Amino acid sequence: MTSLRNRLLLYLRRHERVKIGVLLAPTTFWVVAFTLLPILIVLYYSFLTSGLWGMVVHELTLDNYREIIDPLFFKLFLRSFLLAAVTVVLCLAAGYPLAYWIAFYGGRYKPFLVFLVILPFWSSYLVRLYAWMTILSDHGIINSGLQLIGLISEPIPLLHNEFAVVVGLTYTYLPMMTLPLYASLERLDRRLLDAAADLGAAPATQFARVTLPLTRGGIISGSVLVFVPAIGEFLVPDLLGGAKVMMIGKFITMKFVGLRDWPLGSAFSLLLMVLVLLVLVPYLRAGGSPKAFEEQL
Amino acid sequence: MNRRSPPALTIAAILVFCFIYAPLMVLVAYSLNTAEYGVGWGGFTLEWYRRIFEDRDIQRSLGVSLLVSIPTVLVSTALGTVNAFALYRFQFRGKDFYKFMLYIPLVMPSVVIGISQLLLFVFIKKELGILTIIFAHISFTVPLTTLVILGRMQRIDRTLEDAAMDLGADEITTVRRVTLPLLKPGIYAAALLAFPWSFNDFVITYFVAGVGASTLPIRVYSMIRLGVSPMVNALGTLIVLIPLLLVVAGILLERRKI
Repeated sequence: MTSLRNRLLLYLRRHERVKIGVLLAPTTFWVVAFTLLPILIVLYYSFLTSGLWGMVVHELTLDNYREIIDPLFFKLFLRSFLLAAVTVVLCLAAGYPLAYWIAFYGGRYKPFLVFLVILPFWSSYLVRLYAWMTILSDHGIINSGLQLIGLISEPIPLLHNEFAVVVGLTYTYLPMMTLPLYASLERLDRRLLDAAADLGAAPATQFARVTLPLTRGGIISGSVLVFVPAIGEFLVPDLLGGAKVMMIGKFITMKFVGLRDWPLGSAFSLLLMVLVLLVLVPYLRAGGSPKAFEEQL
Repeated sequence: MNRRSPPALTIAAILVFCFIYAPLMVLVAYSLNTAEYGVGWGGFTLEWYRRIFEDRDIQRSLGVSLLVSIPTVLVSTALGTVNAFALYRFQFRGKDFYKFMLYIPLVMPSVVIGISQLLLFVFIKKELGILTIIFAHISFTVPLTTLVILGRMQRIDRTLEDAAMDLGADEITTVRRVTLPLLKPGIYAAALLAFPWSFNDFVITYFVAGVGASTLPIRVYSMIRLGVSPMVNALGTLIVLIPLLLVVAGILLERRKI
């Protein structure tokens, strides 16, 4: 037994690459089998023909990609892009003051406050979106509250429109923006601000010329980490957008679950994947973190 | 430097915190309220909770969810540990590309991951059910556990391992008696963070669940679709609170200094 163990150790000491191979093998298998291979299968399906009643005919065609060029679908992508972009701006508008406040004035409560920002992110977002449905509905807390104090007589439509979708997206992805912003504000050398102040810069100038440029990394990280999941979002437009608001993620899901057209759905999700990679590849190559909470752990 | 926050900034920060926590407050308030809608407080009740505990479908879904999440967490934590170890200790060609591939399920929109998993199982003619959900869940929790454990790994004092080797321990003994005990908080944290990730997943599960196996989120979704029942508030409160307690435990473990 011992000699076998010693021989094994001796062998592994001489063969570093075998050691790496053995350690990486299980996960590599998993990544290849359940991430890479499935993406290739999506690619394959995107070239198949869709038959009657949602059947898939295994005949190769370019029809799905021809259909995508349709201006109607271009509008669908454009709308998803715009909704995601508005979400990024709103997350920045809400996340920056929050991160700034925690980083500069949080004192010894900083870790706790950061924790409070990320905490809801670990709970069911389906349930939290449901809570927004009840808040925004015609009988919801906002409408009935406003009616109670007599500001409005009829409920204003807050649910099932683009407003609700943007609220839901901003709510869902706010932590992804706030955490990288906080990390970059926390790293900011305060003496630089003192130096700027000594040189006569007003607070607004200090912010514009020192703080903002030096937290650019956090702004970029946050924007990518919000934009990417937001543009492909399914549940938010599904629950809060109702029948009126369509986004790519919801469209793809419908092609797979409801009115089945798997080949067209595959072509769309491949296109979505390419769009997302256009943002992600340069971001990750530049050393960007794949998840906002990494530095907080 | 000015130590006091400008009032406008404080107010903005508090408002954002309200925005973050308002839905949870509303959820809990409605779950204990006899009134189904509006601002009115109809009176305190535990009726919705009682109905949940009597609902067979919900019990079955909870069973399915646990049957999925527990193996998912065990496997992905084990894989994540081995993987983090390899990624931290060794340099090899294509490491960056490897990491990129690993992180894809973390960064891609869930819909893309969900349909790719669905097509895989259809392609290899694997019937959809609990097993396919577990496979899909492991593929998106492994990157997470790897990331968390890798983070812990970077904080380990390597001289402790060198000391063990100097004292005559071989590699296996060193890993078992020094590295793993030092990594333990990170491993537990990874497991505790992976659990809600798997337990709460809706979108990816929605694609690979098939007809027979509905996890708790799938059940909640169909309850929402069928019409807003106040039971969802109570069920939602439980679903939100229980995994949150686990996460709090996970973070506390992770933060414990070596």
